[in-house]
Amino acid sequence: MSKTEFTYELTQGFLPGHRACAGCGQASAVRLVMEVAGPQVVAANATGCLEVFSTPYPESAWGVPWVHSLFENAAAVAAGIEAALKHQGKLDDIGVLAFGGDGATLDIGFGPLSGMFERGHDVAYFCMDNEAYMNTGVQRSGSTPFAASTTTSPAGRESFGEDRPKKDLPAIAAAHGIPYVATGSISVFADLRRKVKKALSIRGPKYVQAHVPCPPGWGYDEKLSIEMGRLAVDCGLYPLVEWENGEVTRVRKIKPIPVEEYLKPQRRFRHLFRSEDGKAQIAKIQELADANIEKYGLLE
Amino acid sequence: MRKMIEGSQAVAEAVGLCRPGVISAYPITPQTHIVEELSQMVADGEIEAEYVRVESEHSAASVCLGAVAAGSRAYSATTSQGLMLMAEVLFNIAGMRLPMVITGVNRALSAPLSIWNDQQDTLAVRDSGWLQLYAENNQEVLDMHIQAYKITEDDRVLLPVMVCMDGFVLTHTYETVDVPTQEEVDAFLPPYDPLYKLDPSDPYTMGAFAGPELYQEIRFEIQRDALASKDVVKEAARDFQAAFGRWMGDVVDAYRCEGADTVYVAMGSVIGTLKDWVDIRREKGDKIGVLKVRCFRPFPLDELRESLANAKRVVVLEKAVSVGAYGILPGEVRAALCGQPNQPSVHAAVTGLGGRDITFDTFDEMEERSQAGEMDFFAGLRQELLEAS
Ligand SMILES: Cc1ncc(C[n+]2csc(CCOP(=O)(O)OP(=O)(O)O)c2C)c(N)n1
Ligand code: SF4
Ligand SMILES: [Mg+2]
Repeated sequence: MSKTEFTYELTQGFLPGHRACAGCGQASAVRLVMEVAGPQVVAANATGCLEVFSTPYPESAWGVPWVHSLFENAAAVAAGIEAALKHQGKLDDIGVLAFGGDGATLDIGFGPLSGMFERGHDVAYFCMDNEAYMNTGVQRSGSTPFAASTTTSPAGRESFGEDRPKKDLPAIAAAHGIPYVATGSISVFADLRRKVKKALSIRGPKYVQAHVPCPPGWGYDEKLSIEMGRLAVDCGLYPLVEWENGEVTRVRKIKPIPVEEYLKPQRRFRHLFRSEDGKAQIAKIQELADANIEKYGLLE
Repeated sequence: MRKMIEGSQAVAEAVGLCRPGVISAYPITPQTHIVEELSQMVADGEIEAEYVRVESEHSAASVCLGAVAAGSRAYSATTSQGLMLMAEVLFNIAGMRLPMVITGVNRALSAPLSIWNDQQDTLAVRDSGWLQLYAENNQEVLDMHIQAYKITEDDRVLLPVMVCMDGFVLTHTYETVDVPTQEEVDAFLPPYDPLYKLDPSDPYTMGAFAGPELYQEIRFEIQRDALASKDVVKEAARDFQAAFGRWMGDVVDAYRCEGADTVYVAMGSVIGTLKDWVDIRREKGDKIGVLKVRCFRPFPLDELRESLANAKRVVVLEKAVSVGAYGILPGEVRAALCGQPNQPSVHAAVTGLGGRDITFDTFDEMEERSQAGEMDFFAGLRQELLEAS
């Protein structure tokens, strides 16, 4: 066998050949999750890029049972699957996963997600955070970072783009007192893998939010995806944190770099580098990063 | 066993006898007694279902969707605003061909806010792909739920069924109903054994998206199977009769329509009042009958044509308004009879909105106005209020 030959078993959870863009962070993150999860799982998926690029009928990239219903109800559908498996006495053998984008999770599906947490379903929910509604053409979501230009929070003569910071859903999830919450990044692969593994080893509701760069949505060269995610973590804008039963139990330390290094290569922040006022916005972004560093004690 | 129980309890008993694996619902008047009753039955260990106490009707329907996809029998109940909030999921469940039953308690829609009965809510989701059965009384309510599971899970159908019952008029009324035994229901309704389910040993992808080259055929199949499900609805009624010795009616049912020049067409509990009124008018020598539409989806086209073949005048009573147009059931009855030999005139009478009582006076008014040739009108309006405004 030559070195470049790959064989994929059909039992594998997430198969190649799907239609994600080159450099799609969430395609890699989902593959990671599915490799860790193994074949004894059922997955529910919200409407969004992942659902669209993985299941154009009659094709499917999913090697495990998978269901898509609507944009906002993946957590409720997963809860229904869990309830059914419980009734059938199969919950000890089969894990229930849910996938949603940041829009599906933080915005339109927030109520069902909170309900699923609060009722204590044995479901591992993975939010693929690419920081906008990518599937519909890069509109802002509650997860879009401050000053990012999107198609509905565009930079313009009177605007620096998104005027609000990201919604802190991991903290809100943790406030439900659920057993496990974590933020991860596809660019810090081993860390994300460990968190997925940990989440799947725990009974009850789990929430893992993975930062997943999106080349067309953020506007950078697709070969830089992993680099983009790494810079976000290293500047403090995407703190990698774990909560257990509502308490922070572990953070990933960093040697902070200036936020400009992360912002500069991305088209969504390009406008900030074109004026003095833009620099003032960059200073505000630096303050957000500094606040994260302070809040979670990220300094090495 | 014959029991004197509330309509809501009759629903709960029927649902319990059908052994759902998952029940999920969100409370809303006048559906509340149904879900309270089921909660108690679960709490007392009388039924073994998982009861998922969701945060909205949208999630109730979504939980049921997930449960059925995973291979369990599921149940929900709602009404009015709750049904509207569910609407997105209802279309989705039908499109995914997931069999389940919900009780669509009939209540008016806001605004103005009203908790009282009409049928605007379930009629608003008539195009969702759900089969819709409308019950006249609580025995029918009970029997219909058992039949509904039989219909929805039939491989020829695989479309969800909504059992529609008038809020308060049926849900909160005590009547004597015959409750079958568990053994009887088990013999009639085998355990749910789906063709496809979410099972790691045989993985399926459910809910994929379809492009323009496929979507239309998939929708066509839904329409084809929904139309053909009429035979299964009839079959379920016949099988039910064979099993339980009770005939609760066909897709339409005629009452005193022999030799009738005028036939009143309606759905739900108002049929009982109409029958009493027709008895009185018949005594006076008026040739009037009643046609009950028990199965609204699939639409009983041939049966309506046949039943109304000799009528000269048809009055369709509707507890809803297709605002800006000319009625939902009346419009469909008109379309069904259009071009038929000796086509009767079809009059649309909107009444009973938001719990307005429908009395013999209302029918007398409908009779007078349709005789005078009025085609589309509201009956039982308080003219003095309209004049004052
Ligand atoms: C009720 C409803 N509203 C809007 C949409 C349109 N819609 C589909 S996917 C999507 C955005 C998805 O964004 P996100 O959840 O962040 O996932 P991504 O595509 O970015 O991975 C939107 C707005 C929809 N499908 N349903
Ligand atoms: S738009 Fe972004 S999230 Fe969507 S498939 Fe492409 S890279 Fe992935
Ligand atoms: Mg997104």
